[in-house]
Amino acid sequence: MNAYQEFKTIGSRPVRPDGLDKVTGRARYGADLNMQGQLYGHVVRSPHAHAIIESIDCSKALAMEGVLAVMTGDDLVKPGDEMLGSGEGAMALKDFVPMVMSQGKVLFHSQAVAAIAATSPELAAEAARAVEVTYEVLPAVTDVHKALAADAPILHHDRFPDDYPEEPTNLATHISLTVGNPDAAFEGADVIVEQTYSVPMCHQGYIEPHACVARVDITGRTDLWCCTQGHFAVRHFTSAATGIDLGKIKVTPSEIGGGFGGKTTVYIEPLAVVLAQKAGRPVKMVMDRGDVFRATGAAPGAETRVKLGATRDGKLVAVDVDCLMDSGAYNGAPAAFPAYMATACYKFTDARSTGRSVYTNKPKIHAYRAPSIPQVTLGFELAITELAAELGIDPIEFRLMNAVEEGDANMMGAPYKRIGLRECLEVARNHEHYKSPLSEGVGRGVAMGYWINAGMQSSATLNVSSDGHVAVLTGSPDIGGSRASMALMAAEVLGIPFDHVHPEVAPTDSVGHTDVTGGSRTTLATGEAVIRAAENCVAELCRRAAAEWGVEAGVVAWSQGAAHYGEHSLTFHELASRAGNMGGPLTFSSSLNSTSAAPGFAVHICDAEVDKETGRTTIVRYTAIQDAGKAIHPDYVEGQMQGGAVQGIGWALNEEYLYNADGVLQNPGFLDYRIPVASDLPYIDTVIVEVPNPLHPFGVKGVGEVPIVPPMPAIAEAVCQSTGVRFRDLPLNPPKIMAELVDL
Amino acid sequence: MNKPLNKMAVQATINGERTAFLCSPGQVLADVLRDELELIGTKIGCNTGDCGACSVLVDNRLVCACLVLAAEVEGKSVQTVEGIANGGELHPVQQKLLEHGGLQCGICTPGVVVAAKALLEHNPDPTEEQARYWLAGNLCRCTGYDKIIRAVLDAAKTMRGEAA
Amino acid sequence: MAVQEFLSPKSLSEAQAAFGEGAASSWLAGGTDLLVGIRLGARDPSRVVDLKQIPELTAIEIDDASVRIGAAASAFDVLHNSDVPSLLPGLAEALNLIGSTQITGRCSAGGNLCNASPAADSIPALIANGAQCRILGPEGERVLPVENFVVGPNQNALAPGELLVELILPKPVPGTSDAYLRLTPRTEMDIAVAGAGVSITLDSSGTCTAARVAIGAVAPTALLVEPAGEALVGSPLDQAAMDAAVAAVRAAAKPISDKRGPAQYRTHVVGILVSRAIANAQARIEEAR
Repeated sequence: MNAYQEFKTIGSRPVRPDGLDKVTGRARYGADLNMQGQLYGHVVRSPHAHAIIESIDCSKALAMEGVLAVMTGDDLVKPGDEMLGSGEGAMALKDFVPMVMSQGKVLFHSQAVAAIAATSPELAAEAARAVEVTYEVLPAVTDVHKALAADAPILHHDRFPDDYPEEPTNLATHISLTVGNPDAAFEGADVIVEQTYSVPMCHQGYIEPHACVARVDITGRTDLWCCTQGHFAVRHFTSAATGIDLGKIKVTPSEIGGGFGGKTTVYIEPLAVVLAQKAGRPVKMVMDRGDVFRATGAAPGAETRVKLGATRDGKLVAVDVDCLMDSGAYNGAPAAFPAYMATACYKFTDARSTGRSVYTNKPKIHAYRAPSIPQVTLGFELAITELAAELGIDPIEFRLMNAVEEGDANMMGAPYKRIGLRECLEVARNHEHYKSPLSEGVGRGVAMGYWINAGMQSSATLNVSSDGHVAVLTGSPDIGGSRASMALMAAEVLGIPFDHVHPEVAPTDSVGHTDVTGGSRTTLATGEAVIRAAENCVAELCRRAAAEWGVEAGVVAWSQGAAHYGEHSLTFHELASRAGNMGGPLTFSSSLNSTSAAPGFAVHICDAEVDKETGRTTIVRYTAIQDAGKAIHPDYVEGQMQGGAVQGIGWALNEEYLYNADGVLQNPGFLDYRIPVASDLPYIDTVIVEVPNPLHPFGVKGVGEVPIVPPMPAIAEAVCQSTGVRFRDLPLNPPKIMAELVDL
Repeated sequence: MNKPLNKMAVQATINGERTAFLCSPGQVLADVLRDELELIGTKIGCNTGDCGACSVLVDNRLVCACLVLAAEVEGKSVQTVEGIANGGELHPVQQKLLEHGGLQCGICTPGVVVAAKALLEHNPDPTEEQARYWLAGNLCRCTGYDKIIRAVLDAAKTMRGEAA
Repeated sequence: MAVQEFLSPKSLSEAQAAFGEGAASSWLAGGTDLLVGIRLGARDPSRVVDLKQIPELTAIEIDDASVRIGAAASAFDVLHNSDVPSLLPGLAEALNLIGSTQITGRCSAGGNLCNASPAADSIPALIANGAQCRILGPEGERVLPVENFVVGPNQNALAPGELLVELILPKPVPGTSDAYLRLTPRTEMDIAVAGAGVSITLDSSGTCTAARVAIGAVAPTALLVEPAGEALVGSPLDQAAMDAAVAAVRAAAKPISDKRGPAQYRTHVVGILVSRAIANAQARIEEAR
């Protein structure tokens, strides 16, 4: 399958290269850089969720001593229909620019309407309060069903989805795919389950608020430092919003304090750039925690109707799934993914899969770890579990009877190559956890999940120094340990020690274009660029050795960190130290648009106990099993599995956006937006299954996203088994559970 | 409207060094550490005491630096993440976090290091449950806490002189 | 506006002078509510008067009759006092639940009481234990029971310039114990959806001779539910007495529905908490025998 059958370095667990800086406090994140002479930016935000801006008067603010610049949406470009970005971060310019700052209409509470730059954060905040904005307040709609009603306030009067060409509606996207004839196939089913399931809107919940500092010189050359999952995307978005030439903008990524998809776009960076340009001084902006919750990210809430039909002997014969999602104020296109992927774990011949998304007066939804798939999978997997129960078949057996394998096609008609779903299910079935007896009152749930995994564009550059150490520059911000993986892969190819490799995340002007760290693509695609660059290095070193020995390059072999031919050998260190006399400096790059991505599959087992008097749920035991293809650094593969599982636990039990009737978020802080804390959890056991990806030189599959897919249905089923009550609407917080257990 | 610049002079021992700084009467310790003393290891995730990223020790007491006025530390001793390692030698909590992969993005790590050090001084042999409750105020969104807790308990073992 | 002055008096008389007329001044104990309030714009004092340099305000003293806790003594100091946690385990439970380790390192029972949140954890535990507030003001001293100190959501009985000096709890007589329980969706870092503090005294036969039951987060202020205590006194804490106590607290509860929970749920769960807290206190008494 590939040239690397035996690995020496990858699969080991060395200390990550950036670890020391992080445990000693030296690592610099978004808010940790100050530029000489910097000002502080502050955003004026709308107190209304839906309004027309009648006027903005910044004169009083601008007259204050120490206020050096103000801006409004008029200072950004007027957007058209062109698309920006790629993958999870892709969006139309007209959905992006007003999201960054309103250009006449306010569509969600806390949307930016103006911004100030002043000599201190306190002064900037005070000046922001002096900006006078008058609004014509419109009725707000935050519920998707109400937004689709005939009398709903319309958010975008200029948008006409295909199904409604006559008049504008709040329907943002509508995608429906059909394979075979599902309606006829239901006729042939012995057992049918049809239910509706729902998941609330939630937030990525990264601990680091968005932060940046920008400097623009008089020629328009722009220096931007920020925390982001993709600094090339930041450059692109910032150029598009400000009109500054892309090539004049240099973006240096800071360390990033979590993103989970939420930092694949920008919110404050174009504002800092415009303010810096106007003021002629650098401008630093740090988002307030409340504004992070009120005005960024957010993953869509969703309601999924699932209808499944099976034969008595356990074959899934008909599928119809319809997922209705919240888009927030602008089109975040969340509905395409469930339409494509809802059915992805199962063999089928007759299926229909529909996704719809709806505009509401809430922040534009954005990517959150396997975007849209946890929501639709809650419904699909619970329906599968209900169907298995109806048929009297063990839930893992039922899944094994219907799980996809190599050659099966998904809704897009593309056949799978070698995948590891069945292997994961078999590990689950044979796992001690699954076989262990349950204590009284404890319930067990099992669910599986899929995520497509991305490839996309990546670049890497290797610079070899004369002592045989190697700097590895990539364009992928390291959000969870990817520098360790890059170093491991380079060391593997070059045959040198891990600690001779020094990975760096390079700014936009120092490495080739690289798409965002997202889509579970970094270790796969950026890793592939590193592998290719390292292979280029090996090829050149072999050529140089061949020239030295006066032989054909093709006969020189590279192994154990040295070129070999017969009795001859030259080590990497020798070739590096003599580079100046053997052809010059050793620098190698690789840029690619990876087509080697393979899907991720995971199976989770959860034991949960519900306090029958209070409705509180405790997660008693949890096991996550996942096909990683090949785990480059197993600690960080396990870390992704554990972190994703716990985000799913939070979403299942207590995380939820709560809006009042006026569209104001009621819980914009970590006190009432309840992400799990350490004492809420048991250890999260992990099993890494390795079914190598045949398309990737090291067999890698993306691992970051799929771990958030199975938790919600696994937990909901465990709660059902603990209480004897079937819950289909999340989150399963104590009041919701209690309401079903006693007559309150 | 020319306002007088209203600053207080404060003397404190910061990471073992006698230090003087100027602060506004309402300025919190986290801002002074970061902006005046360039101790950027103290992170700000919420500014309301809900995330623990700004955990520091004031007279050996674990607190959120966002909920302490800088003026309050007059005459006191403040220890931040930058002061946890002993010269070139990492504290066992730092070392074990590295060995266990107990960090991903790392933004919560300074707070975890400070809080875990305080835990192990307070209780050298914590149970898993005690460690989890002590660290409940240190939010981590990346790791699910698994490897953090394992690292802290392993550090406790090392500090007690037991083989890992 | 912003804080213009920070003062750190060393004595009660200095503190009173520092506070001035009071309208623009705030007392600072642990600061875990005040500084959040300032940050979120809910509080805007121009002068902050720190109380932690006044020995009387951070002292924790126990004599034959009473346990006296300085109003600015941190929860951490109370929790690690050599005697208080064993004497008043329920009060310790309540203080331990006020936020994280970092928060308990700073917050105080006095501050939690003065902040007067309906959901404050320490208040039901203080009420159950019959705590009294010693208050010093420009006009002299006065003493108020805790249940009368809180007059509304985030409103206390202090007149301008008055200062809560200490909390005085009767030292529990033998056969007495207390307990506090709350319901939160998470295990930590949360605000009570409902809370229950109880203190009971049992004679050698296990008959209840005194009981105080207080509930939190189910009314505008924490409530002393006297009928619940009365239902327990004279009983061996049998099912009938427990049921009557639970019915009494559910009747007394007047919760609102908000982001932290619907009213019906709060009424239900406060009864569960009370009955569990009574059982915990009973078990503690039996264990001590």
